[in-house]
Amino acid sequence: MSIELVGLALLMGLATYPSRALPLLAPGIERLPAAALEYLRLVGPAVLAALAAVDVMVLTDPAGKPTFHVGIEWAAVAMCAALTAWRRNLLVGLVGGVVLVALARATGVASFPL
Amino acid sequence: MSDEAALGESRRELAVGALGIGVSAAGFGFVYGLAARDAGFSPVEAMAMSTFVFAGAAQFAAVGYVASGLAWPGVILLTALLNARHLLYSAALAPWLRDTPRPRRALMAHLLTDEAFALSIAHFGRRGQADERGYWIAAIGSTFIPWNLATFAGVTIGGQIPDPTRFGLDVVFPAAMVGLAVGLVTGRRELVAALSGAILGVTVSLVAGPGVGVIVGGMGGPLIGLLVPRVPTADATALGTARSAERYAMPGARFVDRDRGRESGRGEPTLPPDSEEGLP
Repeated sequence: MSIELVGLALLMGLATYPSRALPLLAPGIERLPAAALEYLRLVGPAVLAALAAVDVMVLTDPAGKPTFHVGIEWAAVAMCAALTAWRRNLLVGLVGGVVLVALARATGVASFPL
Repeated sequence: MSDEAALGESRRELAVGALGIGVSAAGFGFVYGLAARDAGFSPVEAMAMSTFVFAGAAQFAAVGYVASGLAWPGVILLTALLNARHLLYSAALAPWLRDTPRPRRALMAHLLTDEAFALSIAHFGRRGQADERGYWIAAIGSTFIPWNLATFAGVTIGGQIPDPTRFGLDVVFPAAMVGLAVGLVTGRRELVAALSGAILGVTVSLVAGPGVGVIVGGMGGPLIGLLVPRVPTADATALGTARSAERYAMPGARFVDRDRGRESGRGEPTLPPDSEEGLP
């Protein structure tokens, strides 16, 4: 069983700990410039959207070359976004997206990923 | 009502909230375990993430980073940025916990999540003073235990599911990322940052590979978002408040925020230590 990523988990935990601990252990250190706080606030949506978009739109071929991909996964992600925004509940969105893809593949409307 | 009775009443309210959060954490933790398994994580590696990182969105993101081949320094940098919001939660709790011994505060910090913050700050507010046991209930009982148990179930039982693509489970990860992003978009700036991050990410990925694309999208999107003039809206949520915790928290989580009327509509980051308002 691989344990290579345990080291990465430890380092990620170490990278997260200061933001959790510094104000509790050294009050006053949290007073970052307003622009830095605003930038950090926008990192979340940007990173998450980039991850999702790259995951469904970019495939790497056997030669290692990235290629643009269009598929049912786009519709699943869009459905999840719409349901989550509407119901304010990600689990509902996830179920909707997964069911859409499963049905599309089961009925032959969409192909299975390579 | 005596102080003992008031404490019991507030803890009961805390426990009810913690139960709901626990169910939500378990469901989402299971999906995380499945996603980690699909990305090639072993059970030990997935559990290490849930124990040492213990931050849902960052863990989901890490699954994507690793799957896309992003180098460790990039993963660590993006994790630090994604989790920087905890700085504000920690700052909000600091005045309440200043009499708690430093070693225990150091341990409390590791267990500080959106959920733990929201539940405990509401509990402290009801009491008008800190309650360390209440914090542990919020941090461990509502989130740490269910999150880790569910991660283990997802990463182990997930292996019993034949051909996950038949069931559409391969879209769980991107769908979860988009759903989490939707929860963070409360104005034009966030929307522009998200769309810019996605477009930049895909464009750069096609040229330089997915690992580089995600970093450029994640760090460049906010810069473009900052170019959008800020328009305060009634729905804007200040970071470091219970409302922002609700927004960042695991899907479906809802918190009772007795200060909602006071907090809503400010539309700017709040750092409670700048003010004596609300201090114990």
